[in-house]
Amino acid sequence: MRFKYLQLAISAVAALAVSACTVPTEEGAVHDPYESLNRVSHTFNKGADRVLIRPLSQAYGATVPNPVRRSLSNVAAHLDEPKSMANHVLQGDAESAAHSFFRFLINSTVGVAGLFDPAAGGLGLDRRQTGFGDTLAAWGGREGAYLELPFAGPSTERDFVGLIVDVATNPISHISSDVAILNTASTIPAALNVRYEFSDTVDSVLHDSADSYAQLRLSYIQSRKFRLNQQDPDDVGHDHFEDLYDEIYEELYDEF
Amino acid sequence: MKSSTTNSDPTRRTLLFAGFCGAVALRVSPARALSDDEARFLIDAVVDDIHRVINSGMPIQAALKEFEKVFVNYADVQAIARSALGPPARTASPRQLRAFTDAFSGYISRKYGKRFREFKGGVIEVTDARKRSRVHEVRAIARLKGREPLAMSFVVSDRSGKTLFIDILIEGISLLKSERVEIGALLDRQGGDVDRLVAALNGSG
Repeated sequence: MRFKYLQLAISAVAALAVSACTVPTEEGAVHDPYESLNRVSHTFNKGADRVLIRPLSQAYGATVPNPVRRSLSNVAAHLDEPKSMANHVLQGDAESAAHSFFRFLINSTVGVAGLFDPAAGGLGLDRRQTGFGDTLAAWGGREGAYLELPFAGPSTERDFVGLIVDVATNPISHISSDVAILNTASTIPAALNVRYEFSDTVDSVLHDSADSYAQLRLSYIQSRKFRLNQQDPDDVGHDHFEDLYDEIYEELYDEF
Repeated sequence: MKSSTTNSDPTRRTLLFAGFCGAVALRVSPARALSDDEARFLIDAVVDDIHRVINSGMPIQAALKEFEKVFVNYADVQAIARSALGPPARTASPRQLRAFTDAFSGYISRKYGKRFREFKGGVIEVTDARKRSRVHEVRAIARLKGREPLAMSFVVSDRSGKTLFIDILIEGISLLKSERVEIGALLDRQGGDVDRLVAALNGSG
């Protein structure tokens, strides 16, 4: 038990040190000094999607009935819950931590080891997923440079550190090696299900845009900002609201 | 996070504020400020029209035509198109701009109209409206069958002289920003030639 906290503390310090190295970005612009490298990995990811992930997700969606897919995705979400709870604690958000705790408790029992999600369905305890990337943000760590990782896809320096810490310290993986394997294995059908359910959206960004790299980067950065700001109840989740919308009209009506 | 300020006595603040309002009123007269309710009223109408089209069961081509009508009626197409085109809009001729705006409105309706089909059987529920900076944000939740609800926002402005929307955000992702990137990339592909871009847009799915 002691060891786990020590491990977590070390990871946290390391993570802060790394994310402190990042260069501040211009408001609204994406900081992407590794663009050429990122584009190589984007080409790889796009190829992997075309030949492997997309066909697999289509086959999965076509052969496995929706309730079964949903249950498998529920298991993955359920095993992810302790990690969310731990990070809510680290972010100092006691209410969300309790929320995650009750979700885990209810879904472990009434939800038959996470196969079902009665916490969200009957009790309105919707999933509040979070991870160490969010914790770093809450602690004031900067976003850092944009990264596109092979297989893992779009990220930032901060989120990459978060991902490593999440994988290394996931509380559920410390229960037993079987649970750790189940946790890793459960992410595969869950990911395929997301790829299947949002097939049109993903296809449109990845395969139908003129510059899919730039489009994916933009979507990721905006969606991360949205989710992080959403956790602040005083904010509705959009940054830089004014700039772009002002610009539009300044160009059209010079008198302003 | 709310910070409490202890500066300036109320009278001075009120005077400053009154002066500011007066200045604003003079500059933008005779138009008055758009209210949250007016912004919300517009988006209620947009959402009603979208529901009507997606649940009508009409063939896709007809539905896409209907979506274009919704877009032209309720969105500030000129402002959106101009912003999507970016800096080249400043050097384009009025004829090119008109041609681009037309091509863009067809392209947008086809592209997003197809995506709205995913909404079939779902409902978009307008939740609230509030002023943010110089625009209004009208928030809504899209509840689609068997999926997690999606957060939507419509950005509404009356700076064109009419109350119109200028952006739609889904889970924080801006249509306007996406299209600025997309149109920029398409224009690059056409060697920066606006006429060729117009032709390409007209020929796109």
